[in-house]
Amino acid sequence: MDYEIIVVGGGHAGCEAAVASSRKGHKTLLITGNINNIATMPCNPSIGGSAKGIIVREIDALGGVMGEVADKALLQMKMLNYAKGPAVKSLRAQADKITYPKEMLKVLRNEKNLTIKEGMVENLIVIDNTVKGIILENGENITSNIVILTTGTYLKSDILIGNTRTRSGPHEEKPSLHLSDNLKKYGFNILRLKTGTPPRIEKSTIDFSKTKKEEGDKQYYTFSHTNKPTYDINNQEPCYLIYTTDETKKIITDNLSKSSMYGGLDDITGVGPRYCPSIEDKIVRFSDKEKHQLFLEPESKYYDDIYIQGFSTSMPRNIQEQMVHSLPGLEHAKILKYAYAIEYDAIYPTQVKPSLETKILKNLFTAGQINGTSGYEEAACQGLIAGINASLKLEGKEPLILKRSEAYIGVLIDDLVTKGTKEPYRMLTSRAEYRLLLRHDNSDLRLREYGHQIGLINGEKYEKFLQKKKAILKLTEELKNIKITVDTEKNRRTITVYEYLKNPNSNLQQIIKDFKLNLNYPQEIVDEVEIQIKYEGYIKKVEREAEKTLKNEEKQIPENIDYDKVPNLASEARQKLKEVRPISIGQALRISGVNPSDISILLVYLKRKYNE
Amino acid sequence: MEDTIVAISTTTGIGAISIIRLSGIDALEIVSKVFTKDLTKVKSHTIHYGFIKDKEEKIDEVLVSIMKAPKTFTREDVVEINCHGGIAVTNKVLEVLLKSGARLAEPGEFTKRAFLNGRIDLLEAEATMDLISSQSDKARKMALNTLTGETSNLIKDLRSELIQIISNIEVNIDYPEYEDIEFLTNDKILPSIKSFKQKLEEILRKSNDTRLIKEGINVAIIGRPNVGKSSLLNSLIEEEKAIVTNIPGTTRDIVEGKIILDGILLNIIDTAGIRNTNDIVEKIGVEKSIQMIEKSDLVLFMLNNNDKLSTEEKELLTKIKEKKHIIIINKIDLEAILDKTLLDNYIEISAKNNTNINKIKDEIKKLFSLGELQSNNMTYLSNARSISLLNEAINNIDESIKEIDNDSPIDIVELNLKEAWNSLGEVIGETYKDELLDELFSRFCLGK
Repeated sequence: MDYEIIVVGGGHAGCEAAVASSRKGHKTLLITGNINNIATMPCNPSIGGSAKGIIVREIDALGGVMGEVADKALLQMKMLNYAKGPAVKSLRAQADKITYPKEMLKVLRNEKNLTIKEGMVENLIVIDNTVKGIILENGENITSNIVILTTGTYLKSDILIGNTRTRSGPHEEKPSLHLSDNLKKYGFNILRLKTGTPPRIEKSTIDFSKTKKEEGDKQYYTFSHTNKPTYDINNQEPCYLIYTTDETKKIITDNLSKSSMYGGLDDITGVGPRYCPSIEDKIVRFSDKEKHQLFLEPESKYYDDIYIQGFSTSMPRNIQEQMVHSLPGLEHAKILKYAYAIEYDAIYPTQVKPSLETKILKNLFTAGQINGTSGYEEAACQGLIAGINASLKLEGKEPLILKRSEAYIGVLIDDLVTKGTKEPYRMLTSRAEYRLLLRHDNSDLRLREYGHQIGLINGEKYEKFLQKKKAILKLTEELKNIKITVDTEKNRRTITVYEYLKNPNSNLQQIIKDFKLNLNYPQEIVDEVEIQIKYEGYIKKVEREAEKTLKNEEKQIPENIDYDKVPNLASEARQKLKEVRPISIGQALRISGVNPSDISILLVYLKRKYNE
Repeated sequence: MEDTIVAISTTTGIGAISIIRLSGIDALEIVSKVFTKDLTKVKSHTIHYGFIKDKEEKIDEVLVSIMKAPKTFTREDVVEINCHGGIAVTNKVLEVLLKSGARLAEPGEFTKRAFLNGRIDLLEAEATMDLISSQSDKARKMALNTLTGETSNLIKDLRSELIQIISNIEVNIDYPEYEDIEFLTNDKILPSIKSFKQKLEEILRKSNDTRLIKEGINVAIIGRPNVGKSSLLNSLIEEEKAIVTNIPGTTRDIVEGKIILDGILLNIIDTAGIRNTNDIVEKIGVEKSIQMIEKSDLVLFMLNNNDKLSTEEKELLTKIKEKKHIIIINKIDLEAILDKTLLDNYIEISAKNNTNINKIKDEIKKLFSLGELQSNNMTYLSNARSISLLNEAINNIDESIKEIDNDSPIDIVELNLKEAWNSLGEVIGETYKDELLDELFSRFCLGK
């Protein structure tokens, strides 16, 4: 074998997969169409966001690299949902589109087990339903034990602008023309998806006096659990808020039929995301709304492009000009890159196991947009898990499968492989039923230990974590013993700080100050302890809920079960079970169309079979 | 199999002694919550005497058998409660157990657990499988059918109202930068949550109405001595060949006789007072009548066709207006002396000759809209389940109001709202989570 692991694609999923597997000591090849496009951000210039920011923290906790790289590329940092509750706080960074890929490439180049090569993969080497390597466009064969596909939007992608359809990847890059057809031949069901990106504007042509400035937070944050911040809070790049005008609406309505998606092209099959509609979608679907909010976001310190968030479109270029000029402050704006929609192939993610190995071909893993997701963070976390599990498989170990109560990553992968998706899947806090457990602040407490066991978290990173854990316990104990006297409306009473913290309006840092308590802990520890105590009741409740389902997760379903032999199953349930092939009763319960009575029947069948 | 299940395991019938069985980890704890004695520390395979109570109200005098795992039918902790109070009381006991954390067992579920825990063999298991598959459909439908279409629609409406509040909060969280979506603060959602709670309570009241009918309608027959109360009672009994029994051991001491009238259970209050016709010095006893009116769901007020309206009767006529009532003019076989112009609605009968007794029955049915009512046990069961779920939803809403008062973050407030939404979903058999996402995407305009 030439390599142990080959990662196909150098996007956010591919980078994480390649780093994880090479750091685990496996000889890895990262193959990509263009080295200069490794870890680029072809759409919005930001990393994180609601729920997504927590994913980045989880990646960092497990030993992935996105968080550390993003920290080095900050243009602006914000803690979203600060006042809305402990569970929903999440970081969002404006990240520099030049710095981010540059820093990521540095990380990759530092990995001694990693080789980076340019090439277009068009087929796989497959023997007995097992992948043995890749075949390049030029016919070259490269062998490996495992292949991880992180092809992003490059599978048979078409760029759509107005009435033109061009076979091309983003940035006018070459797409992979045959790989998805070949996957189809091996038995994969292929899904056509669509996404879009807004126009970019030359900064100096915008009149910012007509916009509202949106600054970064005046407090330091990092995605990394170990590293110190390296940016200057007083020197962050602002974003700008504007709204569409009546004229914008009129231009779009008048020219609707020219948009690729509204008649410009009559062969659109890709399904676009509902949470991320184009501006013409918004105008049509929410026609009673007079104006729509847009953000002007800087892409980099090193060039002048401004990204118009909220303005993605597939209108022809001349209409885009009119649309942009109808916006306040952009009357004379110069468009540097036109907006476009892109259609690409993906596989039905129910064909993938929770480990991210495919069910169709052994030793083939998939991660990122090929599995139907959207977003840098969603891609990166899958890449990390695929890289980890590919390595574990080589080592003959059980895969890392995160539970829904442990990580957003667990929710994401479970949703994909259990329910599949019809549109590009984006993480939302609403998707997580145990989100009170999946917080920004406790990502390391949830996952650092896994990272250590896998071998990606060692040395200083692990030491710091152990210290943090110790400090949390110690402070909690101390608060149980320190008593303070407080005046309430009714009376004066003496209670422990621990008790007092149950009061929703209490603030531990304030108490420490007011009562001059001799407690010298970092803010991070104080905050963590405060959340744990204040929301203890709710956290315990959610934990109990999660525990209830845990036993079902532990009830394994044998991989070779023949659902046709299970009597009395409802036919819809049988068909769904055959499609998804859940690994546990817990997963089976989450498949829509499988009812509790089907689960009863399945349990009885498994028990009987097991007895025999 | 982590939850504790409960079911009435005897065939229920009027007046029968029945057994309620629980199985599961929390069986002992759940029963202890509603029993007069702590059962969590008693020895296995022992029987205990006491009362089942709902808060402080005693419901039934029972014998409780404690069988701890593994030597039980299901190999889990099993508790069996011998109820003495007949169907209404047994159902009430079941209801408080459901309220205390037990879940209503699916058909065949005890057997299923016995099998899965290795207690019974393969042959029995085959039978169980058939049982589960043949009855589960019924069970599923049951949950939907028991609620009248009206109630079910009400709950659907309420759920969609709640999901709007929830999805608005969610959208604020998932798209925090979108300033053009109304930002929901605790203050803003409080009024809608409060009005939501009122609507829930209204439904609960209605559900309780239905339950009332199934548990029996408390009927007070009032009227002056010798107006014919006893005869009416007798003709009702005569006609239906139904039973009038005293039921000892129940704490509903006001209910002393039961009549089944076309399948409707009438609990006659204070039959002794009615039957004691020998007591010729008995006066109308306005005080006592008022007490009876208060305790009843339905008042049968009897007047004498052959006499004038007395002052006391006039007073009582105004009193009964707040209650469901039927004015019955007896003795129409005698000369009409009574001035009927003061009465707006009445039924004229002759209890002695059994004339027009049917009209009373029809009127009762009309008053309680008993058109399609059936005293179907299954129906009652899941109705009890619905009621306990409704109660749960109200508790959740209360919690969220408490958190708003505490000024807790909206995420914590919403946690309770979601639970309420789930409880309501269970009532009508819908808990599908994707509804929320659909709602999110259809109502809000988001994206890059």
